[in-house]
Amino acid sequence: MNSQLLSLAIWVPILGAVPVFWVGSERRTLVRWLSLAVAVAGFLITIPLYTGFDATLSGMQFVEQAPWITRFNAQYLLGIDGISMPFILLNSLITVLVVLAGWEVIEDKQAQYMGAFLVMSGLMNGIFCSLDGLLFYVFFEASLIPMYIIIGAWGGPNRVYAAFKFFLYTLLGSLLMLVALIWLFLESGGSFNILDWHQLRLGMAPQILIFIAFLVSFAVKVPMWPVHTWLPDAHVEAPTGGSVVLASIALKLGAYGFVRFSLPIVPDASHQLAPLMIALSLIAVIYIGFVALVQTDMKKLIAYSSISHMGFVTLGFFLFNQIGVEGALVQMISHGFVAGAMFLCVGVMYDRMHSRQIADYGGVVNTMPKFAALFVFFAMANSGLPATSGFVGEFMVILGAIKFNFWVGFAAAITLILGAAYTLWMVKRVVFGAVGNAHVAELKDIGSREFLVLGVLAVCVLAMGLYPFPFTEVMHASVDNLLKHVAVSKL
Amino acid sequence: MLNNFVMPDLYPAAPEIFLLLMSFVVLFVDLILGATHRWMAALLTVITLIGCAAITLVTSDGQTTLTFSNMFVDDLLSDFLKLMTYLAVIMMLVYSRQYMADRGLDKGEFYLLVLYATLGMMVMISAANFLTMYLGLELMSLSLYGLVAIDRDSTRGTEAAMKYFVLGALASGLLLYGMSMIYGATGSLEIGGIAQALYHGQAEKPVLVFGLVFLVAGVAFKLGLVPFHMWIPDVYHGAPTAVTMFIGSAPKLAAFAMALRLLVYALFGLAVDWQKMLLIMAVLSIGLGNLAAIAQTNIKRMLAYSAISHMGYMVLGLMSGVVGGQVDAFTAVNAYSSALYYTVAYVLMSLGAFGMVLLLSRAGYEAENLEDFKGLNKRSPWFAAMMLIIMFSMAGIPFFIGFFAKFAVLLAAIKAGYTAVAVIAVMFSLVGAFYYLRVVKLMYFDTPVDSAPITAGIDLRVLLSLNALAVAAFGLFPDAVMMVCTTTLMRSL
Repeated sequence: MNSQLLSLAIWVPILGAVPVFWVGSERRTLVRWLSLAVAVAGFLITIPLYTGFDATLSGMQFVEQAPWITRFNAQYLLGIDGISMPFILLNSLITVLVVLAGWEVIEDKQAQYMGAFLVMSGLMNGIFCSLDGLLFYVFFEASLIPMYIIIGAWGGPNRVYAAFKFFLYTLLGSLLMLVALIWLFLESGGSFNILDWHQLRLGMAPQILIFIAFLVSFAVKVPMWPVHTWLPDAHVEAPTGGSVVLASIALKLGAYGFVRFSLPIVPDASHQLAPLMIALSLIAVIYIGFVALVQTDMKKLIAYSSISHMGFVTLGFFLFNQIGVEGALVQMISHGFVAGAMFLCVGVMYDRMHSRQIADYGGVVNTMPKFAALFVFFAMANSGLPATSGFVGEFMVILGAIKFNFWVGFAAAITLILGAAYTLWMVKRVVFGAVGNAHVAELKDIGSREFLVLGVLAVCVLAMGLYPFPFTEVMHASVDNLLKHVAVSKL
Repeated sequence: MLNNFVMPDLYPAAPEIFLLLMSFVVLFVDLILGATHRWMAALLTVITLIGCAAITLVTSDGQTTLTFSNMFVDDLLSDFLKLMTYLAVIMMLVYSRQYMADRGLDKGEFYLLVLYATLGMMVMISAANFLTMYLGLELMSLSLYGLVAIDRDSTRGTEAAMKYFVLGALASGLLLYGMSMIYGATGSLEIGGIAQALYHGQAEKPVLVFGLVFLVAGVAFKLGLVPFHMWIPDVYHGAPTAVTMFIGSAPKLAAFAMALRLLVYALFGLAVDWQKMLLIMAVLSIGLGNLAAIAQTNIKRMLAYSAISHMGYMVLGLMSGVVGGQVDAFTAVNAYSSALYYTVAYVLMSLGAFGMVLLLSRAGYEAENLEDFKGLNKRSPWFAAMMLIIMFSMAGIPFFIGFFAKFAVLLAAIKAGYTAVAVIAVMFSLVGAFYYLRVVKLMYFDTPVDSAPITAGIDLRVLLSLNALAVAAFGLFPDAVMMVCTTTLMRSL
């Protein structure tokens, strides 16, 4: 098990971005193929992480350890368990798709665009593999830089505002986390190892404070109500690729933080504050669901739908039962596919019409039948139709919630109605009916490149919906271990 | 009388003596060769500094040696800080070569004043007596006043020099007054002697604390801490950019040495008292520096306020060495080395940031407004990336050196029990992130208003690239510099 796979998964995309920058945007064909090669190489590297993964073990696998900052005893410590492994694969796959999605539409500074996504991909892999608190933080914050540039340089008309809001909101959270990390370092007698922190005994008062510091950081990232307002802005203004990476991966970082930090490090505070977390999650699920209903901008609608779906994830974590936590993790992966696909679909239409307004469309099915079929399929998945991945996670979380408390489960189940309402209503207005206007009449159906991108995601969504076992199998032992750990008081 | 004269050991002061002798050579060479061979003076100055570095390296034995009747000390800390100073001054000279030549400011005086200011800093760094400290400080300050006014025809420069001189003289007066108080209370001007007197509790506390207040005020002026910061924005703005770069880099090292020698080496017994003063000034500096920087449209002024906030962070490390009046060697070394690390990191970033301003300036044009950075990514993607590294580093975003500097200082502060202060400090660094991000925004999101090609010479380009890449490399691998700082302080305290 002593391989360098995780290091490769992090550094191949980051170092691969260097020649991409170097080639420069003038040689467009070379830049595209080079970026694609790096992204595909990055994805291929991560496949052995799945095939070589021992699902019976709950501990960390593929561990790599090297000294990094001896003065603070911080290590270059990497490792994955069943919780983090799927996200590395998801991230690397999404990067390939994002490169393909930006193939023709990005005309300005394409080399920098592609390079930024490759760097982003490596940094996010770093977040998921870090087992050292300082290393985690460093990746966590560094990943803001490429995203800031992506939103600000290739975004829509209000991109500068959105980029600043994104950066400063997220930084606000992570700075408090930094203080908490330093405090944990001192309290644990000089260790940044997250696994050491899992064993650290803490009193109730410090647990609550640390929980809050982590909560601010991760809640902004997820995002949870009421600190979600940056997300609609960022999504609307970001270029398609930026929206996809934000929705598919970046949002998962916050949720991942809860499982890696909050729950195991401060279990008593997590139990104590679970009602608050459940309440915030339900507000996100229901209230934000209603907010999504009234949106007239497709990207904004999907952004709100993302917040609502991520509410399910945080809800699942704080139910403290196996099916709830696993459901939340499945929901995270599923949302990675579905939300990414939804944004790609909007991107496809935006590239042709340069509008995201629902009112500007109507009857797209008449001119783009292939696209319409895929779009409707992803919309179904987004509203949680059985046999799609969207159903599996939501169903598991609702089961877990009913196990926890009937009314919590009942409230969570409302989303099945709301989700269907806002998604399908949008699809009805955009895709179906008579051709809305002259522009729609001139639309050209998707080409083979776009079909490939959406097709890959459609296969993933369907496979996960029909046969989720390979996904739940790998996380089973780790989740079991996590729940056993969280059940033991640290007081 | 002459029979009692003992020749002092000159060996520990060899770099200073070499620099002084070489300054005469520079003076004569410049006088004889004149304006036609100005490059000779520049070359000789750089050679002098390289020679100083060689001498410092060769004579560095890691031992603490006192000489000139205990007025001058040569220890590992002084060697390290001097080497950093030479490096900063050499970098400044390379950065500013073309800028000064374009404006006809590369006169012999420039090189001489730079050398004498450097000599002043070296004396400050090696001071083991209040008088030596004062002499070094004045030599540095007077040379700097002259440098600020080196462009005789610039009213802004003259005004800045005047302001700098008047306020600097006031600060020197405060410092001297404080020194005299402490002399009165302890009967000694020697740093070691004062520490001894405090240790044995022989001195009168009220007089000491009274003197301490003035001493801290003098130190705070040199560091540019609020409320003694007023000179910084005007001087940074008014001075020619090359001189601003000089003031913003090497003297910070000397000021750090001064703070360490006076407060830690001499007045460690009063740590509980000066900690509180530094705490207030650190929080105010971080707050005001970051808030005021937002309102600036001139990048030199913005960097000036940013310098104020950075020195606030540095002092946060300096005040965290003593926990609740208890002295613990490990905590102390940890805290002071974090402050030293911060200073070194800041000097590196500051040189890079002003280097960018010099890069964009050209004959007859000062690129000192934020607007001048607009669309830099279109004009030069490489240097836009370099500026991006420096700006994110200053904002304290990883993987750059600025993050680890902030991290080390915050860790020291939290360890000393100042968790609330650390939270305030990080919140203000959020405010600070805004104006650094704005520079990145101008470079990457806006279209250029100025499409003139960048005319800077190859020397500046290479140095600037190395400088920014060092900011990134020392961020990816922060261990080496951190260990050097820790070892230096461990062996010198």
